[in-house]
Amino acid sequence: MVRGLRALILALVTIVSLPALVIPPAYAVTPDEMLADPALEARARALSKELRCLVCQNQNIDDSNSPFARDIRLVVRERLVAGDSDGEVIDFLVDRYGEFILLKPRFNAATALLWLAPPLLLIGGIILSVRVIRRRSLRNGEQDGATLTPEEQRRLDKVLRESGSGGQ
Amino acid sequence: MISELGHYALVLAIAVAIIQSTVPFWGARTGDSRLMALARPAAVTQFLLVGIAFAALMHAYIVSDFSVANVYENSHTAKPMLYKITGVWGNHEGSMLLWVLILTLFGGLVAVFGRNLPEKLRALVLSVQGWIGVSFIGFILFTSNPFERLSPAPIEGMDLNPVLQDIGLAVHPPLLYLGYVGCSIAFAFAVAALIDGKIEAAWARWVRPWTLVSWLFLTLGIAMGSYWAYYELGWGGWWFWDPVENSSFMPWLAATALLHSAIVMEKRDALKIWTVLLAILTFSLSLLGTFLVRSGVLTSVHTFAADPGRGLWILTILILFIGGALTLFAGRSSSLTKGGLFAPISREGSLILNNLFLTVGCAIVLFGTLYPLIGQVIGSEVNFGAPFYNVTFVPLMVPLLLAVPFGPLLAWKRGDFYAVTQRLYAAAGLAIAAMVIVAISAGLDSFVAAFGVGLAVWLIAGALSELVFRAQFFKVGFGTALRRLAGLPRSAWGMALGHLGLGVTVLGIVVSSVWSTEAIKDIRPGESVEIGSTTVTLAGYEHEENGNFVSTLVHFTISRNGEVIRTSSGEKRGYMVRGQETTEASINWFGPSHLYISPGDIRENGVVLLPGEFSDQSLLTVHVYWKPLVAFVWLGAVIMAFGGALSLSDRRLRVGAPKTARHKTLQPAE
Repeated sequence: MVRGLRALILALVTIVSLPALVIPPAYAVTPDEMLADPALEARARALSKELRCLVCQNQNIDDSNSPFARDIRLVVRERLVAGDSDGEVIDFLVDRYGEFILLKPRFNAATALLWLAPPLLLIGGIILSVRVIRRRSLRNGEQDGATLTPEEQRRLDKVLRESGSGGQ
Repeated sequence: MISELGHYALVLAIAVAIIQSTVPFWGARTGDSRLMALARPAAVTQFLLVGIAFAALMHAYIVSDFSVANVYENSHTAKPMLYKITGVWGNHEGSMLLWVLILTLFGGLVAVFGRNLPEKLRALVLSVQGWIGVSFIGFILFTSNPFERLSPAPIEGMDLNPVLQDIGLAVHPPLLYLGYVGCSIAFAFAVAALIDGKIEAAWARWVRPWTLVSWLFLTLGIAMGSYWAYYELGWGGWWFWDPVENSSFMPWLAATALLHSAIVMEKRDALKIWTVLLAILTFSLSLLGTFLVRSGVLTSVHTFAADPGRGLWILTILILFIGGALTLFAGRSSSLTKGGLFAPISREGSLILNNLFLTVGCAIVLFGTLYPLIGQVIGSEVNFGAPFYNVTFVPLMVPLLLAVPFGPLLAWKRGDFYAVTQRLYAAAGLAIAAMVIVAISAGLDSFVAAFGVGLAVWLIAGALSELVFRAQFFKVGFGTALRRLAGLPRSAWGMALGHLGLGVTVLGIVVSSVWSTEAIKDIRPGESVEIGSTTVTLAGYEHEENGNFVSTLVHFTISRNGEVIRTSSGEKRGYMVRGQETTEASINWFGPSHLYISPGDIRENGVVLLPGEFSDQSLLTVHVYWKPLVAFVWLGAVIMAFGGALSLSDRRLRVGAPKTARHKTLQPAE
């Protein structure tokens, strides 16, 4: 059960032999664990989507049906009922299980590269593009250097005549 | 006997591939036409031989020859015939054989349709295809031989993984592989041109149809995989940012960028170096995907056919091909001539913008996929999922999507931004109207949702505006405009449909993720779950036995305002041979929206029952989801692919269109 989703996705996308594959029944949150207060329950569901099921890679505890995920879902609800804020619930779980439980890791030394990479990649891409555009740039009023020779112009006219109205 | 023939054909195929990768190459270096001429028959022969091998394996599956280890491990006599056939590629060895079959198919197609290519370029392209063929056929023969025999032969097979016993397996892998492997052609053209040392605008013309083919299959393959996950997984998720999904998404992003930059190269002889690099990168990402998926590098926690030997082999292929191609590129690219000039606001400029965002997006996905490896090296186990991509990749796509409608309306060389903006007034008006309507009806705090819907409407209306203006609806009469519209080149329709499909997908994503609702409840037969104005009642259970599984059918009635409007059934299946269970959700279409009913555990006195067991009092945990417009996610992809196919049928892009018949390209396509 535990590795269900991961294994299924692998099977789906890659079609490799998975002799030990176990299929997940298709539900995670069950009615008995849900809170009566809809606002608290909604917060619990939202928090659950940010928390990793540690025993099944890359799946959040809201989608996972592993016993571990269920335990964490119950802990989340317990803390919320006790009056914790969302941040306090997260801190509590990180204290217990480490940063790994967060699907969206927080910014720190180990994850700095991860969080800085996207903006750096974008800035690098923009600089590169701007350089390309600058180098290839036609200034106002300037003509493309590659003007046609009289011979080329004649051939072009001929082609245009032959083709009638013409597409583009 | 037939399996040995298949094995033998595969050995012959590698021999032919070795000839194909060396002799024509030598011919191209020395200018010997006879040696170069060998490339075409070799490519066709290689395809036929791999075809024979594939047919032999399929035969073993159809007759359930369990003396072949691969068949024993993945088939069963009671399995329906469809899954016996599709089961051929429902495992590592067979799927590699399919991979190679498609690779050689593309090689054969280049040989057959590439008559009009310059002799030398064709010989080099087919040689490069030959190198790829040698590597992968070698990989199959030495590490993943599907023809290995078992002695004594077992009486019965171990059956195919039940998740794969689905029509999705028949469709998804072949489509995806056609896309993945199709990228090898653009790669071969790039390497061939670099070896040859000259790249002209015609290169882009030859490469574009092949890129378009692989792009459209990749689009369909990814969409199909996503839909399969959606209905098979049972909670209505359709994209998980999983490394394996990313492996197919990265080549798609790169191929999309390549498709656009090749246009600039073909029409304006510009961006040549970049386009060649993209062609190399696209196939490199396909190879990387193959490696990541099959080596187990990223999934080391799992028993996932992770064989270090196989991983090492593919890693070697990866390094040789990507490293080799990039080294060649580094050495040769500076000698490539630069092309035409253009103003920043121009079609060229807009396509550079497109490439910028697609490439950066692709780089972010690549970085995110590989980061866990970096994390392991620097000693911190960092991993992350969908939330990371939601705050990095998704916002990056917003400016790109905003810019899409401008691109096709801008002129080459120097565009008039204000004139283009005027043409988009109607589209902008519609988009803003949609935003206002959503904001008013859903509350002002739903800004993101309103913006998303507006963005989708902007894309769809923008794509239509382009057609309207090309047909000159506001200049000529309505009838004339309609005729002009019908007479537009198919590539123009293709582009408009491609952009329109993107808008449809965005609409599906936004609406289904923002306004999905969900109800979870334990119910007995006769009891109901309410979701919105709809009531889902558990009508009862039914026992059913099939070839290789037993199931409990779970019947539901769906009613609105006290009236029954539909009946539907889900299923809990138990596959006997593997002792595994699957759930078949009941998906009810209301137009493009889905009422998705997923049956969970069936219990009796707190004990979970096996499939096939139940009583009238059994308690069912049921998840019901209302997913508005969710089908648009995949419908959009189908529209995009259809646009691609339409473009492909345009005579101007036709595979191998002769370069000499240049004046023909100016005729309007019929």
